[in-house]
Amino acid sequence: MSALHRREVVKSLLSNRGDTMVVTGLGQSTYDAFAAGDDPRTFYLWGAMGGAVPIGLGMAIAQPERRTVVITGDGELLMGLGSLSVVGAEQPKNMAVVVLDNGRYGETGQQVTHTARGTDLAGVARSVGFREVFVAEDEATVGEAVRIAREGDGPVFVLIKVSADPVPMVLPPKDGAFLKTRFRQAVVGEDAVG
Amino acid sequence: MAWQDDIYDAFIEAKIRQVAFVPDAGHKEVIRRCLETPSMRAVSMTTEEDGIALLAGAWLGGDRGAMLMQSSGVGNCINMLSLTKICQFPLITLVTMRGEWGEFNTWQIPMGRTTEAHLELCGVACYRCDTPESVGETVRTGIRYAYNTNSAVAVLLGQRLIGAKVFEAGRPEGTR
Repeated sequence: MSALHRREVVKSLLSNRGDTMVVTGLGQSTYDAFAAGDDPRTFYLWGAMGGAVPIGLGMAIAQPERRTVVITGDGELLMGLGSLSVVGAEQPKNMAVVVLDNGRYGETGQQVTHTARGTDLAGVARSVGFREVFVAEDEATVGEAVRIAREGDGPVFVLIKVSADPVPMVLPPKDGAFLKTRFRQAVVGEDAVG
Repeated sequence: MAWQDDIYDAFIEAKIRQVAFVPDAGHKEVIRRCLETPSMRAVSMTTEEDGIALLAGAWLGGDRGAMLMQSSGVGNCINMLSLTKICQFPLITLVTMRGEWGEFNTWQIPMGRTTEAHLELCGVACYRCDTPESVGETVRTGIRYAYNTNSAVAVLLGQRLIGAKVFEAGRPEGTR
């Protein structure tokens, strides 16, 4: 069984994404989404660790007719685990949380995270009330993981075990005001800018 | 209480859609009314910084929001307020003060005495209310400032206004 590569997983997840809104956790998840193709409806985090899930929830509540997909890593999510309880309580039907779990803090020197030491994030998601929880560990199951993340009745939690091999950085824009404004132009319309 | 009604009315007038809150006795009435309002989504957070993040997402999706918290929660928000600052997100938060006028619990003192300084360092403008008649106008003005100028504003609701929490052995929890 060969380990899944995060760049390929995210490329597949974001291909023909339509009007899906995306927020990415800082570090590799942000680079993965940019490498898959830039889009104004992707809000890249370069900081705000632990914030990806609650930002996604705010988006999902504001735009109930569109899909919101949070793409983040195990380390980023572990900083804000309580936010999963909030999503479980709010039950946004249009929201998916996709965790690329490599068991490492990749940005800081590959230290092991708590998922490599016993924490089962899918189990957490199940216990706080996510409607559908799916774990993919290989090529045979990753297609179903992507389908559920894109189409499953939310709130959906998809955990994808990916290789811990370091991946080159691919750097998206980091001007926060620019990222905010272009997102609102694309999602809310030109009137949203002013 | 009338000043709490004034806060709620200001939210309605300003078309606030998402209200993030961490449960708090001083905000109890506003929380209750927001939860009962169909045009609003009041979201109970497990920690205050997630409320800051939720409201950023709300604004990205086109919703105006407001955050209700207690002064002790301000410390939890410091790093997340870099998101607000660097992206120039509008933010209005109403902060009920502890650790000042009439406080009994010494553990509330360190954050209560430094709440405003922390917020100002994080780029959040602070407006203060210690009298009931000042609340409505201050909240309205704070919301306008936040949304007209893409700025962060905190309205600090003084403990003299909300009343100090009473501690007595044998007293039921959650009463004032």
